[in-house]
Amino acid sequence: MFELLGVPPQALFGQLLLGLINGAFYAMMSLGLAVIFGLLNVINFTHGAQYMMGAFCAWMLLEWAGIPYWGALVLAPVIVGLTGIVLERLFLRRLYHLDHLYGLLLTFGLSLIVEGLFRREFGSSGLPYGNPMPGGTNLGFMFLPHYRAWIIVFSLAICLATWFVIERTKLGSYLRAATERPELVQAFGINVPRMITLTYGFGVGLAALAGVLAAPAYNVSPVMGSNLIIVVFAVVVIGGMGSIMGSIVTGFALGIVEGLTKVFYPEASSTVIFIVMAIVLLLRPAGLFGTQR
Amino acid sequence: MTWNRDMLAFLAFLALAIAAPAAVYPVFLMKVLCFALFACAFNLLVGYVGLLSFGHAMFFGGAAYISGHVVKVWGWPTELGILAGTACAALLGLVTGAIAIRRQGIYFAMVTLALAQMVFFFCLQANFTGGEDGIQAIPRRPLLGLLDIKNDLTFYYVVLAVFCAGFLVIYRTIHSPFGQVLKAIRENEPRAVSLGYRVDQYKLLAFVLSAALAGTAGATKAIVFQLASLTDVQWQMSGEVVLMTLVGGMGTVFGPIVGAGVIITMQNYLAGFGEWVLVIQGLIFVVVVLAFRRGVVGELMAWWRRRAGG
Repeated sequence: MFELLGVPPQALFGQLLLGLINGAFYAMMSLGLAVIFGLLNVINFTHGAQYMMGAFCAWMLLEWAGIPYWGALVLAPVIVGLTGIVLERLFLRRLYHLDHLYGLLLTFGLSLIVEGLFRREFGSSGLPYGNPMPGGTNLGFMFLPHYRAWIIVFSLAICLATWFVIERTKLGSYLRAATERPELVQAFGINVPRMITLTYGFGVGLAALAGVLAAPAYNVSPVMGSNLIIVVFAVVVIGGMGSIMGSIVTGFALGIVEGLTKVFYPEASSTVIFIVMAIVLLLRPAGLFGTQR
Repeated sequence: MTWNRDMLAFLAFLALAIAAPAAVYPVFLMKVLCFALFACAFNLLVGYVGLLSFGHAMFFGGAAYISGHVVKVWGWPTELGILAGTACAALLGLVTGAIAIRRQGIYFAMVTLALAQMVFFFCLQANFTGGEDGIQAIPRRPLLGLLDIKNDLTFYYVVLAVFCAGFLVIYRTIHSPFGQVLKAIRENEPRAVSLGYRVDQYKLLAFVLSAALAGTAGATKAIVFQLASLTDVQWQMSGEVVLMTLVGGMGTVFGPIVGAGVIITMQNYLAGFGEWVLVIQGLIFVVVVLAFRRGVVGELMAWWRRRAGG
């Protein structure tokens, strides 16, 4: 058996794979945050809670309604997305004319409520969710579990599809125009408030989809969201929220960086993303793909 | 005129605080005072510079660990322990502040949150913090070698003195020319820049000051409860201080004290309800942001002004 840089290849590729999976979640989450921020000017602190709701929604669909993973992959994002639309209509809408910080504070409060309710109902230890794609393939240099390969392929496809819709279609051009000059777009007869509502619903649905994807890979637990959201915030600061492709690339790249750190210097694996963030802020305060505003 | 009104309010607060142990358990009062100082320090930044930090737990909890360690393991006297915690928090504030002030608004909040999480992981892994156990049984040594602070009532008055000192530092800062520049930055940063102020230096100094006082609060809290633990550095703690300040009134002098009193009292009564505390805190956030953004003190002042005007 050969070694790479003093590390057995099994460990190296295994951690790289785990890093890519984490990166897939970072990419989907920061993509949703960026789309929401672009149009609503709100940093959606509830994003982590909505990711957790997605995972729980899949769990409930399976346990209570007998709907398997593949059904949940479609239904859970729609259900959670609808709750997001309700939130936007009821609360967020009232804050657009105020300082952006109030949006952050409101969504922070909402995430506390959601997390508290789920913790009360399900405890904080976590529930198992069966793997829909058991088994794996031996690639010679490493063992590739099928479900992990699915996470990476599927999330990459979702990210690229989102990029395509926003950057290359007519709907996307409306969206980008409304991000730049909402009043002007409205003057052309496009219903901007409805577009804002649907965009929020879409971003929330994306978080829920990440949650469903995560359910078989990790335990379904009420605290899974708040642990993730802080790292995703750091990812967003590193990438800057100006570019869709930037969010995707930064998400995957940071997952890999984290995976490699686990191999070579495990003590720093939980902090490496924050360290990268500090360095990026010192060298390029607007973020790698961002423009300072 | 304002000076007189603030003065009267402060004297009323002081009279109340001095008499309070007759009716209320001193340890509870000390907790309120520590968190009130924490919230006042936080308010200096959010209320007067317009910088919302979502990571102030790193200064509070970090200082708690430092003072706990130097007092318990190195055997330093109490007053030096609190000073050491304050100094370390100031230093941490200098480093993190230099990074965080490179972004504004929402990004500033996210950066401070991420930096605080980094400090949290450091505290989780470092040896001297005792991991999940924290630093327990921190001794309460006689203050200045004379004052026996094992007695809760005596210690309460010491904590009150520490609080007043911190509060007056903040009050003086807000009402100094330096504080005026801070408010100018809050209102219109580009204009402050164009007037020739080195905005970044002002922000950094305010950040360090706020961090140091949050550290004083955390260090004092560690001695009061003889405990420094992960709870103090967790992001939930950062959220709590935001909540206290928001409830009391951001950018008001006395708001954070009222907010700390309200939230700590609430936590005290709801301690048996477990996860409901989280839900209720979230609900308060939502209600205050939607309906009553000026907070208790802010609304009272607005009411007073309306009455005086009409």
